[in-house]
Amino acid sequence: MKTILKNCKLVNSDKTEIYIEDGKFADKFDEKIADEVIDVNGRTVLPGLVDMHVHFREPGYEYKENIATGSAAAARGGFTSVCTMPNTNPVCDNAAVVSGIIKKANEVGLVRVYPIGAAGKNLESNELAEIGLMKEAGIVAISNDGKPIATSGFMRKVLEYSSDFDIPVLNHEEDLTISDGAMNEGEVSTSIGIRGVPTASEDIMIARDIILSEYLGIPVHICHVSTKGGLRMIREAKARGVKVTCETCPHYFTLTDKSCENYDTNFKMHPPLRTEEDRLAVIEAIKDGTVDCIVTDHAPHHQDDKEVEFSHALNGIVGLESSFALCYTYLVKPGIITMEKLLELMCYNPSNILKLGRGGMNVGDDADLAVFDLDNEFVFEKDKMLSKGRNTPFDGWKLYGQTVLTMMGGKKTYELR
Amino acid sequence: MGLKSKDLLGMKQLTPEEIMEILDTAKTMKMVITSGNKKTSHLQGKSVVTLFYENSTRTRLSFELASKYMGSTSANISASGSSVAKGESLLDTARTIDMMGTDIIVMRHPQSGAPHSIADKLNASVVNAGDGMNEHPTQALLDMLTMYERFDKFEGKKIAICGDIYHSRVVRSNAIGLAKLGANVSVYGPRTMMPIGIEKMGVTIADSVEDCVRDADAVMGLRVQLERMKSSLFPSVAEYAKFYAITPEVLKLAKPDAFLMHPGPCNHGVELPTAVYDCDQSVINKQVTNGVAVRMAVLYLLMARRNNL
Repeated sequence: MKTILKNCKLVNSDKTEIYIEDGKFADKFDEKIADEVIDVNGRTVLPGLVDMHVHFREPGYEYKENIATGSAAAARGGFTSVCTMPNTNPVCDNAAVVSGIIKKANEVGLVRVYPIGAAGKNLESNELAEIGLMKEAGIVAISNDGKPIATSGFMRKVLEYSSDFDIPVLNHEEDLTISDGAMNEGEVSTSIGIRGVPTASEDIMIARDIILSEYLGIPVHICHVSTKGGLRMIREAKARGVKVTCETCPHYFTLTDKSCENYDTNFKMHPPLRTEEDRLAVIEAIKDGTVDCIVTDHAPHHQDDKEVEFSHALNGIVGLESSFALCYTYLVKPGIITMEKLLELMCYNPSNILKLGRGGMNVGDDADLAVFDLDNEFVFEKDKMLSKGRNTPFDGWKLYGQTVLTMMGGKKTYELR
Repeated sequence: MGLKSKDLLGMKQLTPEEIMEILDTAKTMKMVITSGNKKTSHLQGKSVVTLFYENSTRTRLSFELASKYMGSTSANISASGSSVAKGESLLDTARTIDMMGTDIIVMRHPQSGAPHSIADKLNASVVNAGDGMNEHPTQALLDMLTMYERFDKFEGKKIAICGDIYHSRVVRSNAIGLAKLGANVSVYGPRTMMPIGIEKMGVTIADSVEDCVRDADAVMGLRVQLERMKSSLFPSVAEYAKFYAITPEVLKLAKPDAFLMHPGPCNHGVELPTAVYDCDQSVINKQVTNGVAVRMAVLYLLMARRNNL
């Protein structure tokens, strides 16, 4: 199978044509022997995006999302690789579940799915999960995401044991002893009478994990950072040489807790939307390199889990289909960061942290790519999403950067119609 | 004039003019309650349902009597005796009541924002009779009516509110409403019961119960809401009563003609000694009558808006 993409606009290259042969980027060949020639009309072609933090809900919660719909949503977002969090049912804390997810994802074949295993059995902070056996089955990291690795003692064990297998540890940062709320604690939560999740809850755990990482000399990756204080500590730790990396999500640089004022549960997630001060700090940290990755924390929920009282609603929003457009519209287009920088955040860095080997566009690399329309505004509509989840706060937003085409291994996984 | 919104969700949604209209209407309604013949035809041919997911004596009964005094068909439903106990969702329950031809649903719920989440989806008007820790607008309105009967303008008046601020929807509604009318609200309670950022709602946080009450025109005690506390926020009742209660000595620091309010129910000997509850300055029992008057006014004004559409 030979494919040519012509009239391409590439970042950092004057080339206008891309040649694909048997699923890999290839040297130039004659158009006459191509099976398909795709004219992308001057649109921007990027390496396929990598999201190291998604929830596909399968097994166990297929009514919210499954591997097929999650994969379709990823492809529509321009992603060719995703890492799925282990809070499924049963929990992805053993090799059998890992293998099942990979088998199903391969059958679907719309995105490369790299499972993340649980750090503790059943996502508890008591007994280590079978990290070695899960690695053999295909996990790329461990995490108890949705929950923190709660105690310092267990976190130490997790870091030490996982380092034997060279498996990165990703932690959801929350001190549950001072966190029992449904939104950011502050002026807004007080005004609308919702119990709060203080920034201190996140900051205390980030501090703990930096301390343990530095003490043990073992890397740690901080999930979805939302606070100014957390970013300040990560920046300072990196400058000191601590092996800490971190990620944030588009909602933390586009929204604040003000959005919760009307009790709309599509603005409810963990960590919660913070204040304007935190939002600006997230942007600053993206700019100065403190933030390594932008992830979606794609967390689909059924309307039955969301159309309820605010405090009862489950945490999380979908993100795969809006992420690139939000990042492009709010970071690249206003000139805050360059497209090269965005590719580091949404492709190269997550690939490097988890050693996925993705993002290459050289001859011989897997032909993973995405084509985006950066010139024309479009309206992001929840009813057009391919995810089963409709829980997006961005319905109706006018954005730039609509996905036109996604290819994984030279195969079309999404095409705008 | 009338009310702008279909629903009464909170003091946040009311303008100063709407608040004054409710208070003025309530003054008229109070004459009905104190007259020999407690029956009007304001709500004749209309229906009011109270839907309570939390316990209540005053609020529920005053809404029920208010609607009956004005001639409406009234019914009550509570979480424990309904399909809610079988796991029916709030929205399904509300829609069921709505589809029975209900004009006004008066709702109390332990979760903040619960009435907001259903109001747009119903034909009926929704009156918030207390949602979690958010608001209790008709309580604030009856408190304000009690004040309005004793001073004719709110501007520049000092209102002291002491007690469990964190869990109190009463303090939130009062703070918002009183600020809209130009009063100065001072609050005090244990720091463990003081929500972060409360000063952004236009209130002043006092340094002590004495500081809070000093020179106040009106003093309000709040119930310590033990049922909402996930863990103990103060060491003992004895300690609370000593450092945080409105004692006779504390009350003396208020202006000579100041009066004492409490939304009830009261934990005697915790936030108020019984002697204070019963003292000459206490208008706690008079507030209850105003509760009926204010709820009559709210039901009347909401129904008038429905009739005019």
